[in-house]
Amino acid sequence: MKMNAKEITTQISNSANILNIEKWDYGASFSNDYSVQVDKGKAKQLKASQKQVLTLRVWNKKNLVGITTTSDLSEKGITRALQQACIASEFGNKNEVIDFSPLSKNPIKVKEIEKQNPLGIKKLLTILRRAESKLIDSHESIKSIPYNGLSESFYERTYANSDGAFRNYSKSQAAIYLYARAEEKNKKPRSAGSVKLGYGIEDIDIESCIEEASKKTIAHLNYSSIKTGKYLVCLSPDAFLTMINAFSSIFNARSIIDGLSLSSKDSIGEMISIPALNIYDDGLNDKNISSAPFDGEGTPTKKLSLINKGKLENFLHSESTAKIFNTKPTGHAGLGSKVSVSPDWLVVERSNDCSELNMTLEHIEYKGEFVYIEELNAIHAGVRASQGSFSLPFDGWHYINGEKSSIESATVAGDIKYLLKNIINIEKKEELTTSGISPHVWINQLSVTGDE
Amino acid sequence: MVTSSIKSPEIKFGECNKLLLEELIFYGISLGADFVELFIENSDNSSVLAEQDFITSVSPSFGKGAGIRIFKDKRDGFVSTNDLSKQGLMRSISQAIEMLDISKETNYSEFNGLNKLKDYGKSKIDWLKEVPTINEVSEKLLLSTKSLKKNNKVTVRKGSYSRNWQEVIIASSDGTYVTDIRLHQTVGLNVITNDSQHRSNGSRRFGSHGVPNEFRLWDHEKAANEVCESSMNMLYADYVQAGQMPVVLANKFGGVIFHEACGHLLETTQIERGTTPFSDKLNEKIAHESVTAIDEGLSEGSFGSLSIDDEGMEPEKSILIKDGILKKFISDRAGELRTGHKRTGSGRRQNYSFAAASRMRNTYIAKGKYTKDDLITSISDGLYCKSMGGGSVGATGQFNFAVEEGYLIKNGKLTKPVKGATLIGDAKEVMPKISMCGNDLELAPGFCGSVSGSINVTVGQPHIKVDSITVGGR
Repeated sequence: MKMNAKEITTQISNSANILNIEKWDYGASFSNDYSVQVDKGKAKQLKASQKQVLTLRVWNKKNLVGITTTSDLSEKGITRALQQACIASEFGNKNEVIDFSPLSKNPIKVKEIEKQNPLGIKKLLTILRRAESKLIDSHESIKSIPYNGLSESFYERTYANSDGAFRNYSKSQAAIYLYARAEEKNKKPRSAGSVKLGYGIEDIDIESCIEEASKKTIAHLNYSSIKTGKYLVCLSPDAFLTMINAFSSIFNARSIIDGLSLSSKDSIGEMISIPALNIYDDGLNDKNISSAPFDGEGTPTKKLSLINKGKLENFLHSESTAKIFNTKPTGHAGLGSKVSVSPDWLVVERSNDCSELNMTLEHIEYKGEFVYIEELNAIHAGVRASQGSFSLPFDGWHYINGEKSSIESATVAGDIKYLLKNIINIEKKEELTTSGISPHVWINQLSVTGDE
Repeated sequence: MVTSSIKSPEIKFGECNKLLLEELIFYGISLGADFVELFIENSDNSSVLAEQDFITSVSPSFGKGAGIRIFKDKRDGFVSTNDLSKQGLMRSISQAIEMLDISKETNYSEFNGLNKLKDYGKSKIDWLKEVPTINEVSEKLLLSTKSLKKNNKVTVRKGSYSRNWQEVIIASSDGTYVTDIRLHQTVGLNVITNDSQHRSNGSRRFGSHGVPNEFRLWDHEKAANEVCESSMNMLYADYVQAGQMPVVLANKFGGVIFHEACGHLLETTQIERGTTPFSDKLNEKIAHESVTAIDEGLSEGSFGSLSIDDEGMEPEKSILIKDGILKKFISDRAGELRTGHKRTGSGRRQNYSFAAASRMRNTYIAKGKYTKDDLITSISDGLYCKSMGGGSVGATGQFNFAVEEGYLIKNGKLTKPVKGATLIGDAKEVMPKISMCGNDLELAPGFCGSVSGSINVTVGQPHIKVDSITVGGR
């Protein structure tokens, strides 16, 4: 399927004229996705999809906004969507005036990445079969790879409005995930995995995905329970980013307006962490495979400092939240009846104000007792973002005197404000994950519940 | 292409498509498929959000699409598309055939045409006209958020409504030819209460299937009272102390634990993956003898009920566990083919872009003989979980669930509220520890996300007692 965004824009414009709608904008996405799953060498499910989604907003004579989403891009479908949006606009939010983003016509940088061609299902299948086989062969205890998949996706996104803004980009993306299950006699099964992303299958380091999944799974075979108590905790880059993303309402202007954030409008400048912590949102980072040059309202994506030397420096904004806060949109809006705001891709780093850190704490070398949290699970269930609390199961290790043993089953609980203020080391080396970049981060005295 | 989906001939909803569907299925079979299934969908959805005393969002959406599944041996290829023209659907069938690497020489199956249409939607044709208008919904949601304004500690008040209307045509090479109309409505209330450093949440969700008038009858005042009471009770609660202890799980949404921790492990997709410890336990004891568990799609108006599943089969009542003995798995077409367990009318999917999979419908633990008080008084030191939050189950069967509203049990009596509790365990170990079931079975609607997307389900149970479970806390 090939998208013709200009044609859709013309179609919307013509239909809007007939319906006497003067002001409108839309976001559209078109995608072709291919994915495979295997089960012990056999193809399990092979999947292909072509999808088109159009979200249309219209402004009525009272300047109230209505919206409709549809997959029907025929002339009839577009006209119906405009009509429904008009009906919805009668119920538009009178308390929040929504407009086009003032930056929707500003120049954007579209990263020049050579789009890769589809390899096709057969080749995907061959690659995944080989990967599955290699992972099973890597250790006698690995009996199956119950969760696996290899996919490639080709998509195009557009934003346009009746004021002449028109933005469009297309890209390709590929992903592999391998979650192995290992089992030894008289022991509980253990599972771990790895995910890798690329612009195309050829970019993905499949060997490292296999190796990582194998190493992690085998490492967890020798497990033991942990005693409930307070521990020195080292969060892996992935775990720390998961935690920050889960509490990103701290930086989110929409959440602040809605009373769902721990921050208030006046929180900018507050010390919310130790001075050694910097956090940016950097959607355009070269390492971000999913980068988008503009957000749902057409605002250009940009790098934004969120925490600078421990101080809350900026909030994430859409057009309407920026207006309320008397600032400019930041490129983090998602088009909807109620425009959402969310971070793109977080980068965590140690600031140059790091005198408070205990730099002897390096997870590779430290010989004292600590809990290493590799991956946090069940975020949707265990995080109370509006209260600041969390209670999350995790995969990890208990280290004592340089010896590590996998933790059978445990949860870590605490409070995000406490966590940010009780960071005692931010390791120097930053690591790339699928959701951002971060070093290992050490926290003093977090509650861990184990089976003892 | 913009114009690709308006070329005719194409699938028309509300009309007979038999000839076109037969032509498409025959095309797939002639290319070497063992089995061809077409799932064609027309949807019309709407949602409304009220915050504080204003409507802040009205979101209609509509669309059409088709999901095409081809089986060859035990493999299946699935293609989804928005293009409902004959040409577009044939292209999708060819794509699925190509994916499975099928050659004509290997074709041994026959297609003898579609059966006479079974129209399950005939009596439901007016449902979309009978549901409340946006105006009605808005007015009632605003009344409900007003009812949440119990005192000045309630700082955030939200009411949300969503309506999903779906018209489906299902046709497959075994002759299945059915159409149906589904209507799901759900309404939720949420509050945040604040007092200085203390903060708590309260939420409840209500939902129905196939009852256009349901929202009009919904008792918003009663719902608002429940939500506020729950949030106020938890506002000053201390954190629970972690440890192993007996717990009593409340009825209704307490059933989410059985759904997540055990129900999913009884789906044939889990047998296929080798991720259920129960795959070889049919007719063996897997739970305490006080436990009987059921999955069905028949309860009138329940959120997980259906006239036909997404493979065109009428749902059955499946007794999964009888007096602690595993009696049945939840199965779909692929599950029957790959594991041998007969289909139960449980092939379900979020929409046309997902292949159907074995999924739960209305799933609950049957009522027992005890009163709630019997359960509480049997515990000297434990936890009462009155309201559960969300949870998840890992690849090896461990589960964890947040307790939204919890109370300590001391010497057989409920005492102070506690927050921050998480229940941790795995089904194999916990099921034999459900030692008492109450006589107060109730159901609650919910959404279940899994391999074939997010679907409407019902969870439920009476009050139950678990003799010992790990409670995560601080």
